[in-house]
Amino acid sequence: MAAQLFESVYDVTGRDFTNAGRASTAIKDTLKRLGVPPAVVRRVAIASYEAEMNVVMYATRGRILLQVSPQDVTLEVADEGPGIENIELAMQEGYSTATQEMREMGFGAGMGLPNIRRNADEFDLTSEVRRGTRLFIRVKQAA
Amino acid sequence: MATLTNQKTMTLADIRDLLGAEVLCGDDLSAQVERVGAADLMSDVLALSTPGMLLLTGLVSEQVIRTAIVADLCGVVFVRGKKPGDSILSLAREAKIPVLRTPLTMFETAGLVYGALARR
Repeated sequence: MAAQLFESVYDVTGRDFTNAGRASTAIKDTLKRLGVPPAVVRRVAIASYEAEMNVVMYATRGRILLQVSPQDVTLEVADEGPGIENIELAMQEGYSTATQEMREMGFGAGMGLPNIRRNADEFDLTSEVRRGTRLFIRVKQAA
Repeated sequence: MATLTNQKTMTLADIRDLLGAEVLCGDDLSAQVERVGAADLMSDVLALSTPGMLLLTGLVSEQVIRTAIVADLCGVVFVRGKKPGDSILSLAREAKIPVLRTPLTMFETAGLVYGALARR
């Protein structure tokens, strides 16, 4: 096991659209400060932002755990919320259960989870209906 | 989202002049604009943009600026004269994201920028 160089936790509040994205911009600043390569920072930040928007749009509250090692960057996003009934369906581009309000924010078009997977080297999504959802992604630092 | 890539470039100041745009924030408009995208859907920007892209959008919210930060965009142009609130502009100022506003529609804005980039 490689030693973790850095670990940090970010709380996300459901329905708080004004602050939605604040955790992800903080994560981006942190990664830049740690000297993570810009292309890796961008992939993690994009995945994190989509995941954070999902928590804000659908869940009551959530927590993002960021871990950075010399080998990779990982994010674990766990929320308390309605969960996802059909993960396979939720992963399809364009499939969405978003409301008009969410769409007016520029999100909720069924692109979030596919965007997250596209930016991740490892992607794991599990969910329990009426309990919550857990997303794990890994982005490798080495080429 | 429609995007245009060109080998030759314009600066943000050129874009301002071309669109008769008002600069809402950003002291330095010297950034070279090599790629431009027009979208109201931020997920499309996150999926399709490249670092340094200029975003033309009719969506006015904090999420536009946060998308610009996360995706390393060089600036944002709000179309149809839409005026972002103070909280949106202070977020942009803090992140040093230049923000412009043009009275033109999305179609006119994209057309002018496309034409100018294509002529270079």
